[in-house]
Amino acid sequence: MANFLAVAEARNGELRKVAHEAVTAAKALAGGGDVHAIVFGAPGIAAKAAALGECGASKVFVVEHDAFAMHNPEAASATIAAQVKAGGYRGVILSASAHGKDLAPRVAAKLGVGMAADVTAARMDGDAIVASHPVNTGKVVSTITLSANPAVVSVRPGAFTPAPTGGSATVEALASAADPAASRVKTTGLTQGNTAKLDLGEAPIIVTGGRGLKAAENFKLVEDLADAFGNAAVGATRAVTDDGWRPHSDQIGQTGRLVSPDLYIAVGVSGAIQHLAGMRTSKTIVAINKDKEAPIFKVADYGIVGDAFEVVPKLTEAVKAARANR
Amino acid sequence: MKIAVCIKRVPDMDVKFKIAASGTAVDETGLKFDMSDFDGYAAEAALQINEKLGGGEITAICLGPDTVGETLRKALSMGIDKAVQLKCDAVPFDGYAIAQALAAELKGGNYDLILFGRMSIDSSNQSVGPMVAELLGLPCVTAASRLDVSAKTSGTAQRELEGASETVSFPLPAVVSIDEGVARPRYPSLKGIMAAKKKPLEVKPAQLGAATVTVTRMELPPERNAGRIIGEGPDTVPELVRLLQTEAKVL
Ligand SMILES: Cc1cc2nc3c(=O)[nH]c(=O)nc-3n(C[C@H](O)[C@H](O)[C@H](O)COP(=O)(O)OP(=O)(O)OC[C@H]3O[C@@H](n4cnc5c(N)ncnc54)[C@H](O)[C@@H]3O)c2cc1C
Ligand SMILES: Nc1ncnc2c1ncn2[C@@H]1O[C@H](COP(=O)(O)O)[C@@H](O)[C@H]1O
Repeated sequence: MANFLAVAEARNGELRKVAHEAVTAAKALAGGGDVHAIVFGAPGIAAKAAALGECGASKVFVVEHDAFAMHNPEAASATIAAQVKAGGYRGVILSASAHGKDLAPRVAAKLGVGMAADVTAARMDGDAIVASHPVNTGKVVSTITLSANPAVVSVRPGAFTPAPTGGSATVEALASAADPAASRVKTTGLTQGNTAKLDLGEAPIIVTGGRGLKAAENFKLVEDLADAFGNAAVGATRAVTDDGWRPHSDQIGQTGRLVSPDLYIAVGVSGAIQHLAGMRTSKTIVAINKDKEAPIFKVADYGIVGDAFEVVPKLTEAVKAARANR
Repeated sequence: MKIAVCIKRVPDMDVKFKIAASGTAVDETGLKFDMSDFDGYAAEAALQINEKLGGGEITAICLGPDTVGETLRKALSMGIDKAVQLKCDAVPFDGYAIAQALAAELKGGNYDLILFGRMSIDSSNQSVGPMVAELLGLPCVTAASRLDVSAKTSGTAQRELEGASETVSFPLPAVVSIDEGVARPRYPSLKGIMAAKKKPLEVKPAQLGAATVTVTRMELPPERNAGRIIGEGPDTVPELVRLLQTEAKVL
């Protein structure tokens, strides 16, 4: 039994789903111990903080400052490290989100310890933390043992499903350990993509378009299919992001996002090894490709050999009909 | 500008890995090795910055056993000026142990810019760059997908988030880790390969930190079922929908 601190990520004044996941992972490691959370934001974020009690935090430290309206890694990492020391926690859990991956190694170095990154499972084993961490583009899974105390762990988005504990949290203001307005690295702007759309890391279904779609405007085809599901996000291959049809942040693969949705539909995607590296752990894979020799069919649970421009509109209609009849 | 680029030698991922008899590492027999993807982008970014600004000097640093000499030569043949091998028998998994050795070498090097890859493609830790920055007390930007350093005093970068991107500004000297999108690495030219043979490659002992993170087991993930083509053309759609509902239960 030990106490853990969870870093709860907020963006644009709202807690993100990964905030609840970090608390959930911390709760799992803490056993009967306490989980406290820490959240950074512009004044007003405190009003949102108590929600972290629902998945197991008993106390939430809120660090409010205008200079935390956007990511402020220097001041945030200094404050997290100071709070870990002051609170005597066994470890600190962050999400392996873009911001979490940026913060975790800074915090670890400030504490003078190694860290476990992007873990998909974690447990206490006596005095050590034992975690699973996919390596070599997901082709190998390593079990890592962390003897450092305090421990720093980042957890893969989606790997720890927030479970309601029925608990509640007290909220306590905390001052930043470093002047947040004096950080050398300054975030000067945040451009939100299409907020109406689900994020790739959070969507249970992903529809990915490849070069087989021929032009940027034909992505309407996969967007319509995603809309028909209602809970799907749209991804892309590197061929597509290279051509500027979709932003780089939509790229799935070895050098893009690693995703693991319940359903992955690849449309006009050849299935290059670097693409498979980012999606091969998806639960169910569907491929639609006009070339029956395309390597994507080797990993597809259900493959349809055919022209995307004929198959996808029909599939969109069929999905709409299936959902209407539910 | 005086730039350092930290590069790691990693196996080519285009294979089916085997686990070594130890059970804690992959079997390296028959594997091909190369510079980690993102480190190639970092090397290219360094070259382009100095080509734009004129002059300067770029040093590539790689920690590992003597086999890393080949990877450093490749960096030199791309146009990097000099190379340093931080020699050790094996590269530890613990990024902090590596970071301490790199920081010891980089300290006092008077670099304007120290570049890393966003992550090494084998360990996937994404930790060494920012850890080195902390150890050196330097400002740090991670996972830059765009980088603009047009003066010796400051720079700007763009970072990709989940469904968003952010812009950052930072003063130099600084540590930046490079994501895809900044620059696609050039292929070494024949002239570059010849020139690389005469460039300095210094070998020093690595001052590794003590490791607190160790790999205690490695295994292959469960195999996926072999792929299955259920039919041809749009007429297969009803069957697909049926399977998604009854078998996969995702609809
Ligand atoms: C170091 C490195 C890193 C990389 N990282 C990534 C990465 O992170 N992510 C990534 O995706 N790639 C990555 N790549 C690129 C990868 O190797 C492939 O080039 C890329 O994935 C191909 O994209 P694609 O499948 O869209 O295009 P293509 O390979 O061109 O495939 C298009 C497919 O569409 C099919 N098609 C054509 N017309 C139709 C139609 N009308 N209907 C149905 N199907 C049709 C074709 O049969 C073909 O199979 C990387 C490469 C390198 C070297
Ligand atoms: N053995 C090494 N030698 C030199 N640089 C390294 C080494 N290991 C990691 N790095 C650098 O640190 C980055 C991040 O690595 P990692 O934290 O392992 O994902 C890599 O892209 C390299 O730039």
